Amino acid sequence: MQCSCQKQQSDLSLLAPVLREYAAVPGSLITILQQAQEIYGYLPVDVIYHIAEQTGTTPARVMGVATFYTQFRFQPVGKYLIMLCDGTACHVNGSSRIAAAVQEYLHVENGGTTEDGLFSFSIVACLGCCSLSPVMMINEDTYGSLTPAKVLDILKEIQKKEGAA
Amino acid sequence: MSMRIAVGKGSCGIAAGAQKVYDALAPLLSGTEIALGTVGCIGMCWLEPIVDLYENDTLKARLVQVQPEDAQNIADAAKTGDLSAVRGRIITPEDSEFLTKQTRIALRNCGIIDPDSIESARAAGGYSAITHILKDGVTPEAVIACIKVSGLAGRGGAGFPTWFKWNAARQSQGNEKYLICNADEGDPGAFMDRAVIESDPHTLIEGMLIGAYAIGAREAIVYVRAEYPLAIKRLEHAIAEAKEAGFIGKNIMGTDFSCDFRIKAGAGAFVCGEETALIESLQGQRGMPRLKPPFPAQSGYWYKPSNINNVETYANVAWIINNGGEAFAAMGTEDSKGTKVFALTGKIRRGGLVEIPMGMTLRDVIFDIGGGIRGGREFKAVQMGGPSGGCIPAALLDTVIDYKKLAATGAIMGSGGMVVMDEDTCMVSMAKFFLDFTAKESCGKCVHCRIGTKRLQEILTRIVEGKGKEGDIELLEELCNAVRDGALCGLGQTAPNPVLSTLRYFRSEFEAHISEKRCPAHTCTDLLHYEIQADLCKGCTACARKCPVSAISGSVKQPHVIDPAKCIRCGQCIASCKFGAVTVK
Repeated sequence: MQCSCQKQQSDLSLLAPVLREYAAVPGSLITILQQAQEIYGYLPVDVIYHIAEQTGTTPARVMGVATFYTQFRFQPVGKYLIMLCDGTACHVNGSSRIAAAVQEYLHVENGGTTEDGLFSFSIVACLGCCSLSPVMMINEDTYGSLTPAKVLDILKEIQKKEGAA
Repeated sequence: MSMRIAVGKGSCGIAAGAQKVYDALAPLLSGTEIALGTVGCIGMCWLEPIVDLYENDTLKARLVQVQPEDAQNIADAAKTGDLSAVRGRIITPEDSEFLTKQTRIALRNCGIIDPDSIESARAAGGYSAITHILKDGVTPEAVIACIKVSGLAGRGGAGFPTWFKWNAARQSQGNEKYLICNADEGDPGAFMDRAVIESDPHTLIEGMLIGAYAIGAREAIVYVRAEYPLAIKRLEHAIAEAKEAGFIGKNIMGTDFSCDFRIKAGAGAFVCGEETALIESLQGQRGMPRLKPPFPAQSGYWYKPSNINNVETYANVAWIINNGGEAFAAMGTEDSKGTKVFALTGKIRRGGLVEIPMGMTLRDVIFDIGGGIRGGREFKAVQMGGPSGGCIPAALLDTVIDYKKLAATGAIMGSGGMVVMDEDTCMVSMAKFFLDFTAKESCGKCVHCRIGTKRLQEILTRIVEGKGKEGDIELLEELCNAVRDGALCGLGQTAPNPVLSTLRYFRSEFEAHISEKRCPAHTCTDLLHYEIQADLCKGCTACARKCPVSAISGSVKQPHVIDPAKCIRCGQCIASCKFGAVTVK
């Protein structure tokens, strides 16, 4: 990753209440990171440095923990985060065809974000809605029994809503 | 007569549209005598959204695959008691058997009570076991003895006797002990724990309270997957309610037993299902397993004696205390007592949550309860135990569900994922799918797992891509044995199981991929050969127009031909041909 700590200027005061509650509580690093991501949408480098400083540890250790878990992101995500399930049931029921349809339509790789910043696409482990497989979540909403045609309709609907089509 | 309407709102139900149905019903019922409520997941996922009509607390009708447009008819039916307008939505007797053939203990309240109401849980007997223990002065030793009699074993997959772990934690020195619930349900294809927490959180809390009392813990922690937001929300609410009602906190029910509860949301790492990795994660570290021994019962969370059980294990505890260990042990087989919950998914007709007594056969569950394979296809295999388990073929369908009998097949009981596959599923590709998963989820601490799973994944990848070499099968076997013997934790030790079990039962499929460059299930894209049968082709040009890479040539009304060099095997030609002239081999 390119070092951009000098360039980034996140509003660190937003994190102050979280650090007040957890900085001194042993074992709270993951909770702090989760709340930081909730605030900033991802984990900016300057925020990672700030957390390290406030919890009395090194940026390397914070980064080591953050990169271990799939939940944490280090790049901003699009307005709509598409999480396509690739659990066993979804896999057996054709999730790879859905992935291909999304990638082709949005021109986006797994883990990437569209140029207009509207969509991020991520293939994830089981979402636990196996009976509706194949399944995806877009932000908080779950869509089940997908087909390539159905997934394109859903994406087009969002684009229309956002005036991006 | 009092009527009540209950809408099933588990995650799956909501995804299928249950919230919309609820929102459509709410305005129609406001100001009437009819109560509208929420329940969790009944487990009949293929019929979601489900709406239950109760008359004086007796189920009058179960309506399935309900749409928001049905709201008016449902409201009218509830008002008049005349069900004729909703007749088409009433569950069929055949589908009802999915439930009546089960024996529900862990799931006893799921889909029946309101998960957001402690009154609803208490009306169903919630907190009666812990009340009995504390009011009647049942000793922790007596609780452990009762669990020992029941034969309850860890439902997370390993099947270790619960009483033994509790007893070890109780015997450990020290006043500071912890009780932890592993709700980091990471096996792809498993959702039992999520359903229990979303549908009946108080049963989990009560089971954990009893466990905490038995081992002498003053703090209980539930480690839940962050991917389960609804489960976390409902559990938070339930903990607050239990605190309010005096079941959590200091000096519970006036005794000297005190216990606090908190939730820790996981951050996405499959290995954290391993108990020592989970503890590391709870301590804010990378979730890497520790060497055992010492076991968590001696040195766990903050190196204090700790006990970790799975959600389903705890969900059985209060029932056992209320009904006696003997009643639980009366169900099941010689080695495996009680019931087990399975998440039945894949190419199954009736997919959902199934709780059955141990000792039933796989055939009973898949065909009798699950209704067999969808779309009239042939059963091929059932995958049990997720990435740690294996595939069991049709010839072994009469295997009895029991820890030892399942292990003998090369699969494992596991946490309860049961993914059914039909003849269109390629077993080599299935083995690769699981190795992709474990290679990605390996924490990297030990060499055998970190590098071994990666190499296994590479070999499987080249086999499905048609680049397999002679000797690859032997190499896979050798590597599998090395990883199994050399890995540090359960994740690595069991990672070869999906490969070994498919090699054991479906070796000819591996051979076909390697020697003949052919995928018998027609799913490995790189090994497919599309052809147009000249005698069936009418020359309508439909396929040529659909083909995205112009690989199909031919004149109108003349048989067309596919150029294999250009073909990307997308299958669009098959879909567009009205005459069945395109075949795939």
